[in-house]
Amino acid sequence: MTTDSAPVRITRRRLLSAGAVLPVAATAASQLIRRDMPWQEGTAAEPTAATQASQGNQYAFLAAAEAAFVEAAVARIIPHDELGPGALEAGAAVFIDRQLAGEFGRGERWYMQGPWAKGEKTQGYQTRMTPANLYRAAIREIDAAVGHEGKAASFAKLAVAEQDRWLKDLEDGKPQLPTADAKTFFTMLLQNTLEGFWSDPVYGGNRDMAGWKLIGFPGAHYDYTAYVGKHGEAFPLPPTGLGGRPAWRKEGSNG
Amino acid sequence: MAERLPPVDALLVGFGWTGAILGQELTDAGLNVLALERGAWRDTPTDFAPTFAQDELRYYFRHELFERLSHETLTVRNNIGQTALPMRQLGSFLPGSNVGGAGVHWNGQTWRFLPSDFVAHSHNLQRYGKLQQDMTIQDWGVSYDELEPHYDRFEYICGISGQAGNLRGAIQAGGNPFEGPRARPYPNPPMAMSYPPTLFAEAARSLGYKPFPQPSANMSQAYTNPLGVQLGPCTYCGFCEKFGCGNYSKATAQTTILPVLMRKPNFTLRTESEVLKINLDSTGKRAVSVTYVDAAGREYEQPADLIVLTAYILHNVRLLLLSGIGKPYDPVAGTGVVGRNYAYQITSSVNVFYDDKLLNPFIGAGAHGMLIDEFNGDNFDHSGLGFIGGGFIGIVQTGGRPIEMHATPEGTPKWGSAFKKAIARNYLRSTSVVTHGAVMSHRGNYLDLDPTYRDVYGRPLLRMTFDFTDNEHKMSDYLTDKATDLAKAMKPREIKVNKRQGSWDVVPYQTTHNTGGAVMGTDPSTSVVNRYLQSWDVSNLFVLGSGAFPQNPGYNPTGTVAALAYWAADAIRTRYLKAPGPLA
Repeated sequence: MTTDSAPVRITRRRLLSAGAVLPVAATAASQLIRRDMPWQEGTAAEPTAATQASQGNQYAFLAAAEAAFVEAAVARIIPHDELGPGALEAGAAVFIDRQLAGEFGRGERWYMQGPWAKGEKTQGYQTRMTPANLYRAAIREIDAAVGHEGKAASFAKLAVAEQDRWLKDLEDGKPQLPTADAKTFFTMLLQNTLEGFWSDPVYGGNRDMAGWKLIGFPGAHYDYTAYVGKHGEAFPLPPTGLGGRPAWRKEGSNG
Repeated sequence: MAERLPPVDALLVGFGWTGAILGQELTDAGLNVLALERGAWRDTPTDFAPTFAQDELRYYFRHELFERLSHETLTVRNNIGQTALPMRQLGSFLPGSNVGGAGVHWNGQTWRFLPSDFVAHSHNLQRYGKLQQDMTIQDWGVSYDELEPHYDRFEYICGISGQAGNLRGAIQAGGNPFEGPRARPYPNPPMAMSYPPTLFAEAARSLGYKPFPQPSANMSQAYTNPLGVQLGPCTYCGFCEKFGCGNYSKATAQTTILPVLMRKPNFTLRTESEVLKINLDSTGKRAVSVTYVDAAGREYEQPADLIVLTAYILHNVRLLLLSGIGKPYDPVAGTGVVGRNYAYQITSSVNVFYDDKLLNPFIGAGAHGMLIDEFNGDNFDHSGLGFIGGGFIGIVQTGGRPIEMHATPEGTPKWGSAFKKAIARNYLRSTSVVTHGAVMSHRGNYLDLDPTYRDVYGRPLLRMTFDFTDNEHKMSDYLTDKATDLAKAMKPREIKVNKRQGSWDVVPYQTTHNTGGAVMGTDPSTSVVNRYLQSWDVSNLFVLGSGAFPQNPGYNPTGTVAALAYWAADAIRTRYLKAPGPLA
């Protein structure tokens, strides 16, 4: 907060010396910007600050049973196969955990005031649950339904063919879960898995840029000017993330 | 109790493109101008620096630069028979937030509307004899010729890259032959073209069409604008749309006007200051002040001689409704004006998949494409087609950001091994022919205040009642058929046709081209503002932005939003300030 007042103080001084008519005392909670481009050194909001916790596999939000579900589900959504790593190997479960532990999980940017109604399909998300609540409720209720079915104690313990059948049913909105909406949950799980596979590695997924390597996306590459006119030619450089490439790191560094 | 502040000459409510333009023009006229922006300061080096701007998750999927719906949203429904519910998550459109507004994360597709677009009602009536029942289109009250110098001004402020198609009436090879006459060429040459737009242009020529490069606010070369502000050449990094440009290569308020405006002694910006209401005097014909709230929740009354609404269309319209300015539109009676003629855009696409061509979709820019305009506006004979209006068709390679763009052929599942294989096979070898169509205004499509849902201040949310009508579906299907022919002419392995079917859906992103609700015109019974964007009811209040569009033509709106801003500013400077009062 200390940096917040700096530009205000500077502009106030200039304002007073300029003999301006605008009041200054009233605007402490606003930023008054006058005769200035308010540049504050060190305020650039890099994404890494929020995601430094994403090293390692320690889950921040998911409980053990929830983690088992998410790991099993992402492994079926983008499986490991002859093409290489799937979403699980790329860290999508860790990614989802970090997202659920943060602003996304709390639905902080969403309008979450009532009253609540199911609405038309064209009216979009109308669930009262935040993403974190939805994951928690849906996993608990799906695992209970799986257990009730009798083939395994939980989704994660099912054979993969059975897991696929469950995921397909969720996608089609077939299971009537006690509180979570199956289709809404599957839509979110699918989207978050793709995000975990293809977002920048700073968020804990797309480990070793496996998602980008699979398809040939070069990542956060700054300049393609030399390649715009090279029609049909393969782009020769390996992918780069916001934090650079693994090959750029010094031996023993974890940065 | 609101604290009353000393008056200013002119007050701008919202500080995006139109706020920056009006700020620059009105301070040039010598006025003491204050802008109130509800969001925070945003600039290239601090908020989307090139070291971290290319972050698909953060900026698009976590909405870093967009409106926070927890603060304010709107409710949506397709027709008055439904109960409107809040847009809880962003989807169909992405209003901006903070300084620069949606202009920070736009693509830069910078069009002029067709001369006939400005007389849509009289032109179509004359050519086709009658209009569909309940279609409420009307003429704008301003002509293309009147706006031409103002389009020109904006294009030179931005450094638009493009190829003129019509120079003072002479058709130019390689440009859009359907555009209205322009006084001079674009300030910059077209962008270099990547492979997919080039393949589209070849196919279009083979079918007898005249493809041209998309007019682009992404710089094809280094540029210094008339204010002396410098922009750098675009690097085709593919992170324009939904992102801020870290490279000073996309024209935004920040990269074209603010470096000059912010340093002027007669300009002040107050951020984190949200206007709640415009206050009128006892006659109801003069605005005396606005009430705003700062980040600490304190209320202020800010008096001003002249008030200009320069927020996003949805906020401008809502502020009019909340302030009781103008008669709210009633769709049943067909009376009233505020909220009337809300329109949008209708889009569709045809995915194109090759085996034998590497397309490198990640090489892109927001307005980097080749297009045809044969099926836009009234550039073709609509006799017997059952619709009016049209749109452009083409390939715009904005970038191959993989969370968003991973097209798969018909019949591919959305997950699992087959999905993975399809993405791996097609990502580098697919592209998309898009159509971008007009939406005509209709009696049942409008904006008003929601009876149930509230924002953080307890004020009613805006309510949007909107659906595509028969005209839009017929028109979009027609464009999609043409796009399909073009996609086939590109000789791919296969295509997938994505028509826009059914009702408007708030979920999938379509465009942030919301229009209408505060429309301009020459008749106070069918418009909110006169042809100078001046309120009919309150003559010291001007309402800018795409809310003035009586219906939405088949182009991206920003070029016209900006041209109208310069047009209104010119009227204020040359006429209003000399004799404050109604201009029409």
